Amino acid sequence: MNAPILQLQDIRKNFGGITAIENFSLEVFPGEIVALVGDNGAGKSTLVKIVSGVHPPSSGTIAIEGKPVTMSNATMGRAHGIEVVYQDLALADQQTVYMNMFLGREPLNRFGLLDRRRMIAETEKLVKELDVRIPSAHATIRDLSGGQRQGVAIARATHWASKLILLDEPTAALGVAETAKVEEIVLSLKQRNVGILIISHSLDQVFKLSDRICVLRRGKQIGVRETKKTDKNEIIAMITGLQQQ
Amino acid sequence: MSSANTGTEVGSLASRFNLQQYVVYLGFLAIFLFFAIMLRDSGFLTVRNLSNIVLQTAPVTIMAIGLVFVMSAGEIDLSIGSIVAVAALAAAVTIASYGMAAGIVAGLGAGILIGLINGALVAYVRLPSFLVTLATMGLFAGVSRSMTDLRSISVTNEIFTGFFGSGSLLGVPSLIWWTVIAIAIGHLVYRETRFGAHVLATGDNARAASVSGISVPKIRLAVLTISGGLAGLAGLLYAGRLQAAKYTLGETDLMTVIAAVIVGGTLLNGGKGSIVGALVGSLMMGMLNNGLILMGLSVSDQMIVRGLIILTAVAVSLRDKSR
Repeated sequence: MNAPILQLQDIRKNFGGITAIENFSLEVFPGEIVALVGDNGAGKSTLVKIVSGVHPPSSGTIAIEGKPVTMSNATMGRAHGIEVVYQDLALADQQTVYMNMFLGREPLNRFGLLDRRRMIAETEKLVKELDVRIPSAHATIRDLSGGQRQGVAIARATHWASKLILLDEPTAALGVAETAKVEEIVLSLKQRNVGILIISHSLDQVFKLSDRICVLRRGKQIGVRETKKTDKNEIIAMITGLQQQ
Repeated sequence: MSSANTGTEVGSLASRFNLQQYVVYLGFLAIFLFFAIMLRDSGFLTVRNLSNIVLQTAPVTIMAIGLVFVMSAGEIDLSIGSIVAVAALAAAVTIASYGMAAGIVAGLGAGILIGLINGALVAYVRLPSFLVTLATMGLFAGVSRSMTDLRSISVTNEIFTGFFGSGSLLGVPSLIWWTVIAIAIGHLVYRETRFGAHVLATGDNARAASVSGISVPKIRLAVLTISGGLAGLAGLLYAGRLQAAKYTLGETDLMTVIAAVIVGGTLLNGGKGSIVGALVGSLMMGMLNNGLILMGLSVSDQMIVRGLIILTAVAVSLRDKSR
């Protein structure tokens, strides 16, 4: 494999006197899906914020394609090609799909006005490529189903991410059929040669999608396993801290 | 497959052009027809009367543009009525001593400054705009009363009164020019610029806007400043048309402006709105005023009927938006 697209080394994060994350090291390679699992309060959300740039780590280094980066907000994370699909999706419900795709990064035409034609064309192209089935790029988000919204959020991240996509519980709010559809979309992202870091509570999903699984417990990294070489029992034992017999 | 696609296309077209968006136009038409028939012998339909309606609503329309931006960003500005009086008085007093240009700067400057104060308190001190502008509404109502000890100040500069009030260009009254230009610029900025899109995103989902790199505090500061500036302009228009400024100017406009904006399809909670709708809403309010006077209703009856009609219009335009 090539060089890691994301490299976290000895990451530590303190909030006041509390250590939220310690000694965390992880590499994500292009075209690879790495799952981050752990119980509630294990530090997953903190890690999402560190990787997306919202919280700078207290110590340790983050490198993108081998180059160390420092980030102090999400805008810097985006500038480095890292996109996050938030658990709440961060979509503006009363705006159209295409305006959401370009939220905060709207292209302008030569008169300095919104280039709607380009936004619509690019949205339609991407939505088709990812097979997100929405009525049209003009549809308003609140008229879409949960699965369609998730599809739009993933499509937006895909459009902008040149290096890494972070998915935070992408199917937590979805039904069975919609979950299957979103999982299909996530798997198709591997071909785009970006790294994918997925956070999920569903071990079924983790085993279906991921290449490697990283387990966190109480802010500590318990271990990283290749999905093919492990099983649910081992991962559950790592998450809960109860050793298998 | 293709037939299913067409089905959803039609569905989305129907939801894009739903009836509720046109309530303001239908309401406008209904009130217009009602007065046209009821008041056919009282001069409602004369060109003079109709153009009078447009002239009288010019300040309300200008304020409504500002409020569309404010409400689209999920905020409210209750201080616009007080800003009108402060701006008009500041302009009138300044014109008397330092001339027209200084007067315009003083009037607009007062509006922008109050808007900046509102905006800074909302955006950076993070106080709710409802409370901030409620307070500044009262505060500047007091300021306008103390500025001239309740006296009215006449404006005798004819260039000023022509430009902002009674003059005309190419046969079109200046107040109509102001309305048309302000609506055109407002609509363009609201619909076709990045700023307009960011205002809507902020009102729709401030967190989503923020994680998308939009500076939400800057948007909040900007919309309240725009609203203050436009209320200042409305003050100049009143001073120009009436050739005088008094603390009572704009006193009763707040409810009219809010009603015009909401009836015009702007959501109170932000994320959606229309500048053109606000214009039609504002004209509707003006027409209502005018028609009720021509019908010979007493002032108190006018207030009651107007209140009821606004209530109906607002109820209809807000219905099933909160789905």
